[in-house]
Amino acid sequence: MTNKLNLDPALVSQARELAALAGQPVTELARTHTTVSVERAALRLAGLDGADEDGMPWVNRLADAVRESVGLEHGVALPAWDAMLAGGYPDLRTLAVDASAGLVKFRLPAGEEAEMARAAAARSVAQGIARIDAQRAERDRMLAAIGDPPMPWIYLIVATGDIYEDIPQAQAAAREGADIIAVIRSTGQSLLDYVPEGATREGYAGTYATRENFRLMRAALDDVSAELGRYVRLTNYASGLCMPEIASLAGLERLDMMLNDCMYGIIFRDINPVRTFIDQRFSRQVHARAGIIINTGEDNYLTTADAVDAAHTVVVSQLLNEYFGREAGLADAQLGLGHAFEINPEVPDSFLLELAHAQLVRELFPDAPLKYMPPTKHMTGNVFAGYLLDAFFNLCGVMTDQSILLIGMMTEGIHTPFLSDRDLALENVRYVRRAAGQLGASFRPEPDGFVARRARQVLGESIDLLRKIGSQGLLTAIAEGTFGVTRRPADGGRGLDGVVERADGYYNPAAELLESAEVSQ
Amino acid sequence: MSLTGIVRPYGDTTGDGRVQLSFTLPVPFGDEAERARAEGAALQLAAKMGMDPAMVVHAKGMGPDFTFFIVYGRVSHLVDLSAVAVAEREFPVLPAAEVNLRIRSALGRKLVVLGACIGTDAHTVGIDAILNVKGHAGEKGLEYYREIRVVNMGAQVAVADLVARAAAEHADAVLVSQVVTQRDAHLTNTLEMSAAFQAGFGPQRPLLVVGGPRFDPSAAHDLGVDKIFGRGTTPSEVASYLVHALAPPGGSGGMASPRKKGQRAA
Repeated sequence: MTNKLNLDPALVSQARELAALAGQPVTELARTHTTVSVERAALRLAGLDGADEDGMPWVNRLADAVRESVGLEHGVALPAWDAMLAGGYPDLRTLAVDASAGLVKFRLPAGEEAEMARAAAARSVAQGIARIDAQRAERDRMLAAIGDPPMPWIYLIVATGDIYEDIPQAQAAAREGADIIAVIRSTGQSLLDYVPEGATREGYAGTYATRENFRLMRAALDDVSAELGRYVRLTNYASGLCMPEIASLAGLERLDMMLNDCMYGIIFRDINPVRTFIDQRFSRQVHARAGIIINTGEDNYLTTADAVDAAHTVVVSQLLNEYFGREAGLADAQLGLGHAFEINPEVPDSFLLELAHAQLVRELFPDAPLKYMPPTKHMTGNVFAGYLLDAFFNLCGVMTDQSILLIGMMTEGIHTPFLSDRDLALENVRYVRRAAGQLGASFRPEPDGFVARRARQVLGESIDLLRKIGSQGLLTAIAEGTFGVTRRPADGGRGLDGVVERADGYYNPAAELLESAEVSQ
Repeated sequence: MSLTGIVRPYGDTTGDGRVQLSFTLPVPFGDEAERARAEGAALQLAAKMGMDPAMVVHAKGMGPDFTFFIVYGRVSHLVDLSAVAVAEREFPVLPAAEVNLRIRSALGRKLVVLGACIGTDAHTVGIDAILNVKGHAGEKGLEYYREIRVVNMGAQVAVADLVARAAAEHADAVLVSQVVTQRDAHLTNTLEMSAAFQAGFGPQRPLLVVGGPRFDPSAAHDLGVDKIFGRGTTPSEVASYLVHALAPPGGSGGMASPRKKGQRAA
């Protein structure tokens, strides 16, 4: 990537170092703690599926039972597999059924019994990891055999609430030109402390993320990929209280991308910050292993904060997401850092400001598959003006070489898109790509012109803010409303009761396998 | 221009009645015969909607089964302005300084506003736009008003928690935002909320205000709340309504029973 903005490489390095300094204490927190969802993810990777008659997953029942009798500070694995061996249980499911009926007495095994439990747990979890590896290999095989579409990838959303309605809509969207299908989750799933089971036909403003729904949609997209001669990627959402588990299920069922932001759940869903950072690290380790591209959520800050005043908070968050992502083992090509075209169109030179921000992000993260989000905040209901704004968004996207374009709908904020809204939106982006797809190569902002100066200003403000975050601590910065103008104290929000400090002798076979993979990379 | 007479849509000449319309029909747009039939179908719909003459200016197949149309035409309908019903705003919009002054003189203390998204609704954009300092549409939110104390409980708050918090904070007003409307969730949630406040507080309940893009602003009474705000509401409108309802001009200072004026008897 050519340097079009004359960014000072020393400043860019400094920004990265400051982000790492701000992130390290939080990483340390994640290394020394576990959560109920991290423990349940290990059980899921070991093959425990299904739910009781109330729809509560067996992983929740088993983890709760273990927690109640011996706590989770040593991990769920040792007590669970010890009980399985001691009680002669054929599998985790049978154990979970008895455990939830109060029929199992868990203990923390020692000596040889601990060794046996540990070995059995490691064997089971390794099978889940092997399936994730196989799915990654299958994706690579399909990309080679069927074809990988060129960037920018066109990202479209389906959200009917019914997986069996989503499937034909997703296939139609792929035929109309979508390279990526995102299935929006049911509103509120992010705050459920369990992952629902099975194929679901009812959801609010979206469809539940379940393993079976993942499997059904991926199979449908495999069919349409073969038909179209290009691999159509599938996206869902990890963020929320069950990040580690949803990430595991996504890896097992070959999802290709996942929304996974280091702070989104904290700021926009009021999930406890500590819980989020612990869950986030494990989930990203799973994504790293699965070859899944994460999408971060910086676009959201600009829906609550002003897109000009808060431009640097986007860059700061991207640098933090990059630090946390790399630390968890993600390659740069898996870092779908997010940003958005949300400047008020009434602001003079708004398009130049957008160009400056988008080009800055492109140059700061040259190897990241950047995800660029269309205008939402200033879509007024004047669909004609909105269509024009979306065209400018598309133009900015191709000029600054963005990797993933979420396609804007002129009816944004009015209703879930009509079939015709989606068709018109694709017509819009097709025109811009055809007419100006090569413009990026010829686009050279004046070295000290408005665009370059603005980009350097945002980078400078980012460094100032990172320095401040470093001195006060990231958790304090979040508590003071640094991101998205929302204050989130470290001891507030949902899910804190699911955080457990690891004891000496803590054992989680999944965490261990994923950590060692990271070191060997 | 007459505000009481009869008018018709205006294209480029008074009274020409010209309008535009776009829609999709589940008909194919493949070969010539299919195209002719699709356009005929679009014209039939336009005619039934009162457009005569109508002209299909654009038709495009979308996949094998659907066609999108843009139609221009002349409608014969007349608009009787004297029969237009408008929900008049019953309060003036006041500048922030005036709002603060009214609260100070009528209550002699800060006005306490509790905000939340209830039920499964996680869309806090609306309530945040009204409450956050940052505000909306160039206006600062309620947190910016010196005499208003804002407690924003955020998303997916259980109704019972909302009622309990309202009591604990001695909330004068409760603002609830509802964006999700699938299966009328916004209506059922609002009814549940108003019933819970009625049960928990009786006639002394806080002022109940709901907002969201799909509410019918005239349905407040049926939903058991005091006020409904729709799409495009700004913080100053909400603040002005709150002082209209809770801090009437010339109200006596003091702590007791701050709100009664302008409010429907419960």
